[in-house]
Amino acid sequence: MAPLIQATGLTKRFGEFVAVDGIDFSVEQGESFGFLGPNGAGKTSTMRMIGAVSPITEGTLSVLGLDPEQQGPQLRSRLGVVPQEDNLDQELTVYDNLMMYGRYFDLSRAVVRERIDELLEFVQLTEKRRSKVDALSGGMKRRLTIARGLINEPDLLILDEPTTGLDPQARHVLWDRLYRLKQQGVTLIITTHYMDEAEQLCDRLVVMDKAKIVAEGSPLSLIEEYAPREVVEVRFPAGVLDGVAGRVEDLAPRTEVLADRALLYTDDAEETIARIATTGLEPETILARRSSLEDVFLRLTGRSLID
Amino acid sequence: MATPIPLRVFESEARVYRRTWRGSMFSSFLSPVLYLAAMGVGLGSLVDQNLPGGVEGVSYLTFLAPGLLVATAMQTGAGEGAWKVMAGIKWVKTYHAKLATPIGIPSLVAGHMLWAGARVLMVSVIFAVIMSAFRVAPLMQSLLAVGPALLVGLAMAAATTAFTARLEEPTGLPLYFRFVVIPMFLFSGAFFPITQLPGWLQSIALATPMFHGVELSRSIVVGTEPAVAWWISVMYLVTWIAVGTALAIGPFRKRLTP
Repeated sequence: MAPLIQATGLTKRFGEFVAVDGIDFSVEQGESFGFLGPNGAGKTSTMRMIGAVSPITEGTLSVLGLDPEQQGPQLRSRLGVVPQEDNLDQELTVYDNLMMYGRYFDLSRAVVRERIDELLEFVQLTEKRRSKVDALSGGMKRRLTIARGLINEPDLLILDEPTTGLDPQARHVLWDRLYRLKQQGVTLIITTHYMDEAEQLCDRLVVMDKAKIVAEGSPLSLIEEYAPREVVEVRFPAGVLDGVAGRVEDLAPRTEVLADRALLYTDDAEETIARIATTGLEPETILARRSSLEDVFLRLTGRSLID
Repeated sequence: MATPIPLRVFESEARVYRRTWRGSMFSSFLSPVLYLAAMGVGLGSLVDQNLPGGVEGVSYLTFLAPGLLVATAMQTGAGEGAWKVMAGIKWVKTYHAKLATPIGIPSLVAGHMLWAGARVLMVSVIFAVIMSAFRVAPLMQSLLAVGPALLVGLAMAAATTAFTARLEEPTGLPLYFRFVVIPMFLFSGAFFPITQLPGWLQSIALATPMFHGVELSRSIVVGTEPAVAWWISVMYLVTWIAVGTALAIGPFRKRLTP
């Protein structure tokens, strides 16, 4: 079967500025596909091109077998979009927001009413049906935006930074809902700059940096390919690290010295920790953990994902 | 059969309006009553005492009412193209939400204009009913004067939308109302004939869409001969609507779907 999304040499320029620089990727039916990268990497521009609200500058892009440029309305009628910034109508109720949105897709009121019941149940907002959006918490608004994105039973749901700005509990509720959608076979496109989110939700992802794709794979395969199994994080009191950087770098095959701490990449954390003791270095704290996508990103770009 | 997309935009505007319709309708009733009572009857009695022949041959109230009808429509149209457009593009980004659906820019603008027309129509019909209650003209004749009012309201909605869509900051809007809309309201022939103005101001008044609407409306209600042939005024207003709407599409596209 042909991929749901196919992009080759996809480019977006705003005047001189290159937002997306000739990227290639494809997304299969039923897949949950992520774009991981820092702010300004070109994730949102890519989403907007897929969503047929931003014309492509160069390259080719096919979404659901349609050309976003020529068949925009037809394509958008089959997409669900959860934008980075909530753009719900704050003055209207939860119910009215969904009814209004369903009507944009020319669904009959009866059909929309039925779907509103189901979707509010799904995003756990049934009690808030008559509340004004203004009065909802950030997490509830996001869930409502997701429900809104599902009102037309889309073939593809695009989520741009779905949990940015939410507290940890609200994030977990949201992840749980998205995971269920994934299990129901909905194809998800997710952008995020949180590696834990990518690990939780994405079957496959691309890492974006400075308008380009720098790596591609499943979260696990990326970690295996770009980072040894374990990481030892050693923290030093302020100002000490610069002086001992050379000695720290001898402790493991690969190290990253950041402002306040050093990361030692190793296959055996215990052995590395034991070696620290023998060098006479006196870190403030030592923490051993599994490698994450953050480490992959650091390896690929030399920079931290969240500054 | 699929609903035309501009009508879907229209429906959503109506849904938003439904929340505040009572207050809005009430002020649409109150405002003409106050104006016609204070200016038409109150001030008008002074005018009529001093001008035995009347203003252009009729009482001041009769002179004023059809002009004020158009002036009110003008203000309503300008209002529909201002803060709501700013909010849609910038503050609440409701336009962005709409554009993620089958709605495209031309349909969005068309639906917006349809709704602006509906609002102008509501305000103008209410005004016409009150105007006939003040015995300015029979109801049917008053309602006919809604036609030019609607054209003026749409012209201002289109022009204001095109203006607002180009604003980065809302600070331009109060200035626009203070230096464009209010002067137009006062000096385009609703309150006194523009022949009272100095020559250069007369040319400016002549260029406003409101002046043409006032002349048309007054000719329907009072039977005066309009200063400009009626069909030229109608074409002039239709041109404002068409050009204004077309000029709104560019900045909408640039800002909403870059």
